[in-house]
Amino acid sequence: MSHPHGQREISLVVNGEAKTFRAYPMERLLDVLRHRLGLTGAKEGCGEGECGSCSVLMDGALVNSCLVPVMQAQGSRIVTIEGLAQEPELQALQEAFLECGGAQCGICTPGMILAAHHLLDKKQNPTLENIREGLAGNLCRCTGYSQIIEAVAAASKRAGATE
Amino acid sequence: METERIVGTSAPRKEGRDKVTGKAVYIDDMSLPGMWYGATLRSRVPRGKIQKITFSPEIAWDEFVVVTAKDILGKNCIALITDDQPCLADGVVNHPEEPILLLAHPNPHLLSKAIQAVSIEYQPLPALFTIEESERQDQIIWGKDNTFKTYLVEKGDVDSVWAQADYVVEGEYTTGAQEQLYIENNGVIAAFDPDRGMTLWGSLQCPYYVHRALMTLCALPENKIRVVQTETGGAFGGKEEYPSMIAGHACLLAMKARRPVKMTYDRAEDMVATTKRHPSRTRHRTAVRRDGKILGGEIEFVIDGGAYTTLSPVVLSRGTIHAAGPYYWPSIRIRAKAVATTAPPQGAFRGFGAPQSLFAIERHMDRIAATVGISPEEVRRRNFLRTGETTATEQTIHEPIDLNRLLDRGLELSNYHAEKQRFARENASGATRRGIGIATFLHGAGFTGSGERYLASEVEVEGCADGTVQVLASSAEFGQGTKTVLCQVAAETLGLPYEDVGIAQPDTGLVPNSGPTVASRTVMVVGKLVQLAAEKLRQRLRAAGLPEKYSRDEFRNACAKYVAEKGALKEWAKYQAPSGIFWDDEKYRGEAYAAYSWGVYIAQVAVDLATYSVVVEDFVALQEVGRVLNPVLARGQITGGVAQGIGYALYEKVVWENGRMQNGQMTNYIMPTSADLPPIRVYFEELGNEHGAFGAKGIGELPMDGPAPAIVNAIENAIGVRFDSIPLLPEDIYAGVAESFDVAGAPPSQGAR
Amino acid sequence: MRSDPADYELVSPESLPAVLSLLAERPGEWLPIAGGTDVMVLYAAGKLTARRLVSLWNLPELRCIELRDHEICIGAASTYTDLRQHPIVREEFPVLASAASWTGGIANQNRGTLGGNIVNASPAADSLPALLVYEAELVLESVRGERRVPYISFHTDYKRTVLAPDELVRAVCLPRRFAGYFQHARKVGARNAQAISKVCIAVLGQVINGVVEDVRIALGSVTPVPLRLSRTEDVVRGSVLDARTVQRARAAAIEEIRPIDDIRSSAAYRSAVSGNLVREFLTRLAAANDKA
Repeated sequence: MSHPHGQREISLVVNGEAKTFRAYPMERLLDVLRHRLGLTGAKEGCGEGECGSCSVLMDGALVNSCLVPVMQAQGSRIVTIEGLAQEPELQALQEAFLECGGAQCGICTPGMILAAHHLLDKKQNPTLENIREGLAGNLCRCTGYSQIIEAVAAASKRAGATE
Repeated sequence: METERIVGTSAPRKEGRDKVTGKAVYIDDMSLPGMWYGATLRSRVPRGKIQKITFSPEIAWDEFVVVTAKDILGKNCIALITDDQPCLADGVVNHPEEPILLLAHPNPHLLSKAIQAVSIEYQPLPALFTIEESERQDQIIWGKDNTFKTYLVEKGDVDSVWAQADYVVEGEYTTGAQEQLYIENNGVIAAFDPDRGMTLWGSLQCPYYVHRALMTLCALPENKIRVVQTETGGAFGGKEEYPSMIAGHACLLAMKARRPVKMTYDRAEDMVATTKRHPSRTRHRTAVRRDGKILGGEIEFVIDGGAYTTLSPVVLSRGTIHAAGPYYWPSIRIRAKAVATTAPPQGAFRGFGAPQSLFAIERHMDRIAATVGISPEEVRRRNFLRTGETTATEQTIHEPIDLNRLLDRGLELSNYHAEKQRFARENASGATRRGIGIATFLHGAGFTGSGERYLASEVEVEGCADGTVQVLASSAEFGQGTKTVLCQVAAETLGLPYEDVGIAQPDTGLVPNSGPTVASRTVMVVGKLVQLAAEKLRQRLRAAGLPEKYSRDEFRNACAKYVAEKGALKEWAKYQAPSGIFWDDEKYRGEAYAAYSWGVYIAQVAVDLATYSVVVEDFVALQEVGRVLNPVLARGQITGGVAQGIGYALYEKVVWENGRMQNGQMTNYIMPTSADLPPIRVYFEELGNEHGAFGAKGIGELPMDGPAPAIVNAIENAIGVRFDSIPLLPEDIYAGVAESFDVAGAPPSQGAR
Repeated sequence: MRSDPADYELVSPESLPAVLSLLAERPGEWLPIAGGTDVMVLYAAGKLTARRLVSLWNLPELRCIELRDHEICIGAASTYTDLRQHPIVREEFPVLASAASWTGGIANQNRGTLGGNIVNASPAADSLPALLVYEAELVLESVRGERRVPYISFHTDYKRTVLAPDELVRAVCLPRRFAGYFQHARKVGARNAQAISKVCIAVLGQVINGVVEDVRIALGSVTPVPLRLSRTEDVVRGSVLDARTVQRARAAAIEEIRPIDDIRSSAAYRSAVSGNLVREFLTRLAAANDKA
């Protein structure tokens, strides 16, 4: 059996748009998003899957994109912070972050908003404990989390109110 | 005075939209055409003479640009206070991870391999790894005596108090290093053009510090260097002076490569190679009267500065001045020193010496209370500074602060007495012991003593043709809300909508030097200058015909007219030291700070006796800050600072081996997650202040000072074991408990303290 | 990022037989990578020695949970999230579901796999004590066929297993006979979430008329390989569950483990906490029995 070496063709859907490009199979999804696709919203804070600032959605699941070789994202639907900006429900989250002070330096914010979005997607009326658990993989050094948790709670109430 | 419309409201963060939509551009999001990437080869030994550098032949070295100390056109140093820190090691390394040479290449993926392919032979030199080793001076590793700086503060006649003392209370308190752990690692891009000069973009707090350092390093004149601060993902002091180093490196590579060069650190490099909070050791010896009143005492305060001076003299200064806490000392002697050890130099981190010395005094107050047989609350009440009394440096407190009343409020908010009694009852049985602890403290805003006069900060406020107003200052935004509050101040002063005021990106080509974004000075000092400059702008327009009360349209028209007829409409303000502020640098006496903020923090903890882990269950942070300019932002500063303080106390340990951090990964250097912290309850009092913008004083660093001692005091209340060292990990609690507890595993009976 | 992607190959065959053929063709040359939560960390740190990788991510044969009358067989590439969400795992194997919820944060649970945890064989892995107390059997597969190995014999030494170079863990099978047991687990890490374990315990117990009919105790992070504390179990099994038994069990547990000092914690701490966790479990077991 011969095995392809070098760059391969990768096709995936990013923020609703089909993307096809060549990349080494072990390029990290994070680097592909940031450098090949120009989507710099996902950030590298640690490269070890600890800080969550690289979080994106892969087929609806929150993942740390620094730990995903792009080959394993072949054929996936990826959603980044840039993609979330389109959805109306996310606007509730973004507004809540702005009102509650959930973003200070902003570097954890894209990942944090994705994690919050993922949580609210799975659980419409999260308790404070649910929110804490849902965000526990996203480190924030600026806020101490209080205002982030309030923002997520506020957004979930708003989303509930409009249903 | 009219009711304020903008100051005092939670005006939305100026750059907030970009941050929540992922549009904000941080340095690693930027690229320049033809850009190469840089990396640093660092020392793999603690200390030694460089004998030989070998470039392994499997790398195509002709593709790389290599920079060593020999390529430095100016002075091989990072200009700061003492010019002792080389930009690149030249023949000798004095700490692990010291930068020796730099590489650049168009493909960033080849850099790591290339760094591994350079081997260095060293002749080892003696190394010292602790404060004790350094002060013993068995080896001299810096200067004549391993000592960067000393201070002596003397007030009253300390030597005579011992005879009158009913108690002499002694204690030794130590604090460990702490990593700033901004989520965005250090990064810069440098671009050099032989005609235009050097441009440096970077994640940084103090563009003019970098500017000055680059002038010295690159031998370029002032107007041939431009430093631009990019959106900065957290800093906390870790990007106060360190960026001058990474900037220097990128500039050297850019000059030699004749291309733009980006240098960013990954987490491992950032953790092991850059500055951290100075470890400290404080020794107290206090003469106390029968009723708990302090008669006088001696404090020895030592900080570990690592291998080079950097900011140690200033960290030492602040720690020294805060060592006496918010208390009245009739007499006191404080001997302070900063010593050298073989480790990467330590540097600025929020609090800047005060968290270290305040930890000590606040633990010591509880010790005094226990010795005398009164409560932690009472010992503080009997010693609080009152308006009209003098501090350790003989500064008279003019502020109308009533610490007794502040403490009353803190105790009420935390339900202190009832909880304490409840814990005493409930702790008799069960696997969880609860406790509650107090810390009371102060934090001086602005640079110490003559520092602000030396900085001579300037700001400008510009009226644009379209009627908008632009603030020009070098104060950096890195999450604290600089942009927002400075625009609020200008908008309030000018009577304009908040939306009409903007602020320029700190770019040394555009903005004046309003000093570094440090020392809790932005709102108080720079904000005041913005207020003054805005007022001058208004006066200028009034002189040109703007009526006293004007509408937004009238303002716009006046600007448009002025600019069309007379050109630029810009006013500036420069710092003037307030009269009556006198500081003696020799005797270390006088008005150390123009204003202090005051804090009462109360921590409630639960200690799990099966795992020895401590959880903070409730935290009350009460502070008097002059004026809250933006409630949401101010609250965010406190919750964030308290979280870092909780980390400092319970989670964040730097594991050292031969001067090198061993746990330089986020898996092993532990900061709290959202699952670890309680809701942090924040309360403010506002007594105003004549110096700061709209009466505001500093709040950035204050929240770092209180949490650790409050928590360790609470732990002692919970389990009756005294700990005097942080970080206090479960392993340390276990070790303390194992000594104190009886065979059956029960803690000593609850002392009613 | 300290590795050059150009130096690595990663292939992603469509089926399990294709993967097994590849492993058989050149045993030891292809490193399997499932969710990547261990391998990619090494890779980014420049510490991954393997250069050729074969992806197991999302292979349908490996990511499925099969329910039979007497056992549940969990595909090795099932993620922690898969485990947390499966109704039978939650109901009948709550200790495993708990361990899954303690491994990393949500993002890492969505990618980390049970097979990866097992084969990586870190003594600190959270799910391994649960597999010990549930008497898991591993289904190992290669082109040569399939074999079942009791999980307790899978690890031979620190990070060494009985897996042959051409073999994969295909599934983890747990016998469905513990529903009536008292089940308890606890992880002790440096913080409440996203923490590598300093000590973790998984325990099952059954008490009838005050006598311990059966007990299974496994501790993680205190020995080079995850350990069933069989000598401690012997002390407890068949005894009346009173204060003396609890004391003896605690002492036996401390004797049986071999904790070390490392960057995360100390031997003394691990030892003391292990003893406390055993005591805590037995105390709860007694209390649960009293209520019944």
